[in-house]
Amino acid sequence: MLIKNKPELTYVDVTPKNLYFNRRNFLRGLSIAGAATLVGERFASILSHTGSIQANSKLATVKSNYTVEEKVTSENDVTHYNNFYEFGTDKGDPAKNAQNFRTSPWSVSVEGEVKTPRKFSMDEILKLAPLEERIYRHRCVERWSIVVPWIGYSLSTILKFVEPLPKAKYVAFQTFYDAKQMPHSYNTYVRRNSSQSGRRSGAHGHSLEVRLQKHQVHRENPFAIV
Amino acid sequence: MRKFLAGKWAKVFVFLLSCVPLLVLIWRGFHNDLTANPVEFLQHQTGDWTLRFLIFTLCITPFRKVLNLPELIRFRRILGLFAFFYVSLHFLTYLGPDQSFNLAGMLKDVVKRPFITVGFAAFVLLIPIAITSTAGWVRRLGGKRWQAIHRSIYLCAILGVIHYYWLVKSDVREPLFYGFLVGILLLWRFTEWLIKRRAAALAHTTAIRTF
Repeated sequence: MLIKNKPELTYVDVTPKNLYFNRRNFLRGLSIAGAATLVGERFASILSHTGSIQANSKLATVKSNYTVEEKVTSENDVTHYNNFYEFGTDKGDPAKNAQNFRTSPWSVSVEGEVKTPRKFSMDEILKLAPLEERIYRHRCVERWSIVVPWIGYSLSTILKFVEPLPKAKYVAFQTFYDAKQMPHSYNTYVRRNSSQSGRRSGAHGHSLEVRLQKHQVHRENPFAIV
Repeated sequence: MRKFLAGKWAKVFVFLLSCVPLLVLIWRGFHNDLTANPVEFLQHQTGDWTLRFLIFTLCITPFRKVLNLPELIRFRRILGLFAFFYVSLHFLTYLGPDQSFNLAGMLKDVVKRPFITVGFAAFVLLIPIAITSTAGWVRRLGGKRWQAIHRSIYLCAILGVIHYYWLVKSDVREPLFYGFLVGILLLWRFTEWLIKRRAAALAHTTAIRTF
């Protein structure tokens, strides 16, 4: 005896094409509609931030293919919600305690299985290749996200420049550690921020940061400081 | 001091003061000052204030006994109800953003994540305490039964601290500090109970001897 199960989904349930091609807006609309009906428009507008980037001496950048057309999260929010345990375990601590962190002069030393091991100053790094501006949406596994502009270029640029020898297999990064400047430098994560808006300035001034594309988890980003 | 505490404005003052944390959050909301992760920030703040008000409530009896200020008892219910108020907000910031007000989904989470289990248990335990907080209920239940229900706030405070401790990923100093405060307040009560028991036992044996 053939027992047929009634299909759970029928053609009527199919999401209209124009909606699933605009899925992001669709979801945003759903969630904000839900939130808005209960706590009002105000809350919804807080959740989707408008960005405003101030720059002092802006870096010259070229457009990149890796970008999203989304509203950038406000700089105040991005710079006051960080995990840098060397400066304290509170999310607002890095903004508070890294004000006097010296980011200049800064040098990066490339050593090991390369033809030309050398030190780069920050200025040299900035001149190696045209700086791209990429805008990333970072999604945390804990269901929040921010949109942040980043300025830099692909790691391969530096690697090609120092000419790795045939037997070189890995790139290892060693982070900066200075107990005097880092009041809480007792833990294992050592990472630092990079110039998110191309500005040269105190706490979030230039330093190097390597972004590894695939596994972007907010707290465990393998930021490497060379 | 004692005159103020016994006066009619003292309760109003405490009530208004207890609203301040919520007003600050609302103000910050309107000024876009809820950090880059507003949901987590609100969950955290309402949770913090729940624990604080539970601690304030648990402080009343030790303070009134040690400082000999019986007037303080007038504020215990206000503080306790504000603890319930903030825990309700805390629960809503979880049920809404995290569970889209889906009760079935929430119950699944209660079973799945231990820190939610203890948090939800603490919340549920607080409900009968809040409901029976009026004088009418004291009459209806009788002193002993009412006190038994309201003594479960000790368990709520402990569960609240465990909830916080289990949710924190690495820096456990704050939950431990709350645990320390709750511990002291409960230890004081335990010591009082021991002393009373001893005194009662002594009185009993003395009574027998005199006969």
